[in-house]
Amino acid sequence: MSKRLFAVASLLIVASMLLAACGAPAAATQAPAAADKVIKIATQSPLSGDMSAVGVDIKRGAELALNQLGAPLAGMGFKVELAPFDDQGNPDTGVANAKQIVSDPAILCVVGHYNSGVQIPSSEVYHTSGLANVSPANTNPKVTTRGYPEINRIVGRDDVQGVVGADFAAEKGVKSVFVVHDKTAYGQGIAEFFKKESEAKGMQVLGFEGTEEKANFDALLSPIMAANPDLVYFGGMYGQAAVLFKQARAKGFQGMFMSDDGFDSSDAAKIGGQSLIDGAGTYYSTVSGPATLYPGTAKFITDFKAAYNSDPQPFAAQGYDSMAICLKAIEDAAKANNNAVPTRESVAKAIRALKDFVGITGTFTFNSIGDPTSAKYFVIKVDSADPTAWSKNSIAETLDIAPPQ
Amino acid sequence: MKRLFSSINIRELLRPIGQLAIFSLGSAVILSAIVLLLALIMDKTAVGLGVLARFHVSLFTYTLVNLPQVLIDGLTIGFVYAAIALGYTMVYGVLEFINFAHSEIFAVGAFVGVEILIFLDGLGILSAVPNWAAFLILIGAILAGMLASGLLAVAVERVAYRPLRGASSRLVPLISAIGVSFFLQDAIRMTESLTTGQFNRIFPTFGNFDDRLKFGELPMGANMITLGVSIKSIIVIIAAVLMLVGLNYLVNATKIGKAIRAVAQDRTTANLMGINVNYIISFTFLVGGLLGGAAGVLYALKFTRIDPFVGFFPGLKAFTAAVLGGIGNITGALLGGIVLGMLETFAGSYLGVFTIGAAGTEYKDIFAFGILILVLIFRPQGLMGENVSQKA
Repeated sequence: MSKRLFAVASLLIVASMLLAACGAPAAATQAPAAADKVIKIATQSPLSGDMSAVGVDIKRGAELALNQLGAPLAGMGFKVELAPFDDQGNPDTGVANAKQIVSDPAILCVVGHYNSGVQIPSSEVYHTSGLANVSPANTNPKVTTRGYPEINRIVGRDDVQGVVGADFAAEKGVKSVFVVHDKTAYGQGIAEFFKKESEAKGMQVLGFEGTEEKANFDALLSPIMAANPDLVYFGGMYGQAAVLFKQARAKGFQGMFMSDDGFDSSDAAKIGGQSLIDGAGTYYSTVSGPATLYPGTAKFITDFKAAYNSDPQPFAAQGYDSMAICLKAIEDAAKANNNAVPTRESVAKAIRALKDFVGITGTFTFNSIGDPTSAKYFVIKVDSADPTAWSKNSIAETLDIAPPQ
Repeated sequence: MKRLFSSINIRELLRPIGQLAIFSLGSAVILSAIVLLLALIMDKTAVGLGVLARFHVSLFTYTLVNLPQVLIDGLTIGFVYAAIALGYTMVYGVLEFINFAHSEIFAVGAFVGVEILIFLDGLGILSAVPNWAAFLILIGAILAGMLASGLLAVAVERVAYRPLRGASSRLVPLISAIGVSFFLQDAIRMTESLTTGQFNRIFPTFGNFDDRLKFGELPMGANMITLGVSIKSIIVIIAAVLMLVGLNYLVNATKIGKAIRAVAQDRTTANLMGINVNYIISFTFLVGGLLGGAAGVLYALKFTRIDPFVGFFPGLKAFTAAVLGGIGNITGALLGGIVLGMLETFAGSYLGVFTIGAAGTEYKDIFAFGILILVLIFRPQGLMGENVSQKA
């Protein structure tokens, strides 16, 4: 009996020590926050896993912006810090991080998310505590159509991107398509918009399939090969798309491949290789052109290379701009608050109040739901099987389109 | 020389090949008959009319024309499952517990093989080699993957299972196995992120493995369906057959195989008869690991991309295959793997057409596993499992 009592007692002691250990650093960060006027800006993107190539560069873009553009806030006596979080491209992790983020009162703005499927549930958490979020990459319409005053994005939308892709395919003389998606909010969303516009343009949609398969597409390819479409469209990320395209080519498919901005990574060429070039080639629509395309990015590319010793992946420049918008909004809100730390609500309002903010990837004004008043859309052709030449892929089409109301 | 030949048991070499042929042919014929029958029945319904409208052929023709390719694909993945299932079944046969860490042993094999190839590719060796040398390099990578996985399996047994062997419940080593599985996943993840910065590894393209042998074309309406099999699928099948034959020979026709069977039947008595049980169990894990490692590299060859969690689904399916065939039974693992691979590919290829797109390829696992549940309701011991209650 006494033995059991001892065990319970020791468990209690361990538990209380753990609690104390957890509690201590939180208290420690809060106290000086008020004194030194520390402001934190969080980033959330996949820093590990399949999509880390792009996710890490979103963080690096934001980091670079903080280092280069943090001076005005520092001049006002603020200490601005970056708080990077790894959402692993996983909704559960994203939401858990979001809860941690909102519970830190020093965080006033979130640059975040690469995946719409992660951004949408995580932003519910930001919304409940009024924390401003600027998204560098999320294209699902739902990101903004919920009408939350804190949630903004600086890129285009899938209901336009899917349409842009289908229109481009129609111009190329495609008569029949087979649509595949990855069953995520992002992939399935864009695939549905693509399908709708394809039907409207008179193309025959021979199939519409969702799959979470990552390796063995043999079974899925049987109906595709039987249907023999002019175009196979994949709504989702490069990790699946490139493997699917490679296996389809290996089975003798000679038509065209098309995907979305989730395909935009040099790893796609690493996986797909020559099979992306063969046949009728591979195209992808995107809301983020190669960094070289934007007028203001020449300096960004040089600085990025100097800091991280590699070419920026897609969305790195958008990460930079998202951070710049956060910094500017915090600065405006702080000025309105007599140079004291502004409230989260006033930061969110300051973002919407920005007029023609000049970033490196465009000039941004947000509409009433947080979409930029005009966004760029591109259709890009894969030119080379060499992954290092990915950023030199040629642009087949560039469009400026206002978001649907 | 003559004596050497007479010491080889030809019968044990030929028997598994015969079994493989019968299983492959049998499951192919049965499943084909079922889908063709279904196609005939549904030809005049909305399903048939839908196919007619889309492809301008009858449902029966559609099914028939697509059948050969489906069979080839199903067989390839079935052999991969069978090779992994052997690892589960070997360990179960001897220790009566499920080694859930086997899927990670498989993944480690895949990573070791692929990392070696990526390293050679980085040196610029791979792109220049002729086809015969590419084969030798591939064999080297497979052997390296086997060796790493085999040694790892032995180490895992020594560290995580042997101390628990006397435990009162069989669940204790099972939990330990699940723990090892998580540990290994994250160990791969950590090693890869620390050394290469990304754990999404891609099998380098070299040799002529991606080429495709074409058998011919079948007309389907206006379209032609090309029939073919890629070189890498052939390599996977041949390698799996070699592994299966080798294992069967080892267990059924050698002295150490006899010792393994003795330990499986009754550990205590085997010990009394002078068999070193610990040694035999380690050896069993070594063999299971070797097979798992080879399967890992072959999997990477066939499907190009691997990550630290790559073992999970093939592992789960191979485990299912082992249970379906009758766990603990080597022949059963072969049959289970082939049947599961076939079922999955059939379901994936035809489900969309037969349900007018309502339930597409995404439901292939649900469908395949539904059938497995049905089979196991009527044969809970598995297809080949007979003498399962040999132990008290």
